[in-house]
Amino acid sequence: MNIESEIKQSPNPPVTKDPLLRLNLGPSHPATHGTLRILVGLEGENIREMQLEIGYLHRCFEKMAETHTWNQVIPFTDRLNYCSAMMNNVGYVKAVEELLGIEVPKRNQRIRLILCELSRIADHLVCIGTNAVDVGALTCFWYFFRERENIYDLFEAACGARLTTSYTRVGGLYKDIPEGWIDWVKKFVKNLPRTLDDVEGLLTTNRIWIDRTRGVAPISKERALEYGFTGPCLRATGIPYDIRKTNPYYDYDQFSWNVVTETAGDTYARYLVRLGEMRESIKILEQALEDVPGGPVNVPDWTITIPPKDAVYNSIEGLMAHFKHFMHGIRPPKGEHYSFTEAANGELGFYIVSDNQGRPYRVRVRPPCFAIYQAFPEMCNGQTVSDAVAALGSLNIVAGELDR
Amino acid sequence: MQETATKLLESKFPVLLEKFKDSILDATDFRGNFTLVIEPSKIRDMVRFLKEDSLFRMDMLMDLFGMDYDLFEPPMPERFCVVYQLVSLFQKQRIFLKVYLKEDAPKVDSIHDLYAAANWFEREAWDLFGIVFEGHPHLKRILCHNEFVGHPLRKDYQSDKYQPLRTAITAKEF
Repeated sequence: MNIESEIKQSPNPPVTKDPLLRLNLGPSHPATHGTLRILVGLEGENIREMQLEIGYLHRCFEKMAETHTWNQVIPFTDRLNYCSAMMNNVGYVKAVEELLGIEVPKRNQRIRLILCELSRIADHLVCIGTNAVDVGALTCFWYFFRERENIYDLFEAACGARLTTSYTRVGGLYKDIPEGWIDWVKKFVKNLPRTLDDVEGLLTTNRIWIDRTRGVAPISKERALEYGFTGPCLRATGIPYDIRKTNPYYDYDQFSWNVVTETAGDTYARYLVRLGEMRESIKILEQALEDVPGGPVNVPDWTITIPPKDAVYNSIEGLMAHFKHFMHGIRPPKGEHYSFTEAANGELGFYIVSDNQGRPYRVRVRPPCFAIYQAFPEMCNGQTVSDAVAALGSLNIVAGELDR
Repeated sequence: MQETATKLLESKFPVLLEKFKDSILDATDFRGNFTLVIEPSKIRDMVRFLKEDSLFRMDMLMDLFGMDYDLFEPPMPERFCVVYQLVSLFQKQRIFLKVYLKEDAPKVDSIHDLYAAANWFEREAWDLFGIVFEGHPHLKRILCHNEFVGHPLRKDYQSDKYQPLRTAITAKEF
């Protein structure tokens, strides 16, 4: 028997040689910031092929929303992009309010705007901080996380929770902000630029940081649009699309601020856009904090918001409204509505369908990460694994939002 | 098409009425969301026209998802539905397209070659609703695991049904 037929008969035939070296990253990997699984095919050190697998954090958000009342969905929205839960709360209730055809009081709108901008800053701080850690710069992370703690202290003072806030209600807020809170925010906003200057001094002109990020995982304008990019990742390619400017809500159009754009579309450009956006958010906050309107935060309609306790205990109408609210819930009219807000990662949309019941017929979330992460293999083609890690941090993929 | 829909279309986009008179089944404008119901076989032509025509220039596919109208009152034309959301940054315009698909074999042509974003969105709609996108290169589950049986967002799927994953995926199957 010759050697060839012997090999054929052997129980373990020789494996045909794969020209690429396969390397598995994740789903539990320190550089993925969540449960993302990536299988890369390497030629030498360069990535030639990349397959993504998502769904490790799938929690059936959309199915669960169909079995709870309209207000009970709000805690689920916290868990979408958990770095900026406040913006998800606002995005969802805004959709339901628009379907109901109501406008919330001015004071409520202003508080929501302040909270949204604070969470945008918190989200960008986490994104840049962890991105820097991924490429080996730990100092900025501590500088940024100190400020992030301050923001969470502010959230805690307002609603009692730090991360999963569930602060908004349909037609109102869980409760009004405490006394002295506005001054506290003012103090925070005054101190924040110093931290940004510190980190900018450490990173923006740092030779190592530039070497690790400039030209890494770039994407062109056209491809970014093809993939449905929104938010900082789209603005880093040079398209000034920001919903706060194009479709302003909650008086964003009354403040003077600019849309930050860069043209390179690479990791360094995304870093610059996020840093610039924090400075613009500070501008918005400074103007917004000047004149916070007084008055109630809830819509006075008792079929939408719960009546004040005073009315519940002392009047039959209040008591009835209270029971109706908790037994049947609010009932938006029949119809379908899409509402979108500018979240930290891009356009966060809620497509809600109501059949005039106490529960949503369908809630569809349009997560910004989902569209962005799809382009990741194309962006990383020909780059090294360490570049892919730097790029992944700059895209700010949050698995909670990606998998829902 | 009903008369109100024709009038709405005439006032908003007369070009569409001229070109796609037979393939547009309905047009509504509810709370600022302009929605067209399209004949399922014409969806590719419609999307391509909206993308390439200089008047519309829909440069983004913002969203694509499935719907199940099984328990909806009053009943919709068909049980399943796919919603496309096209956005033009240039015209600052948003259009929703809907196709209604039959209950027994819901399928529609894929648009993954017109918009790169459609690839994963279509996989998601297949995973959660079982809507088949014909011509899709890689129609496999994306959010649910690969041993999953059924389509979880259908209204007849029990919301408390539990399907654990038995074995992990090897690198070969990936």
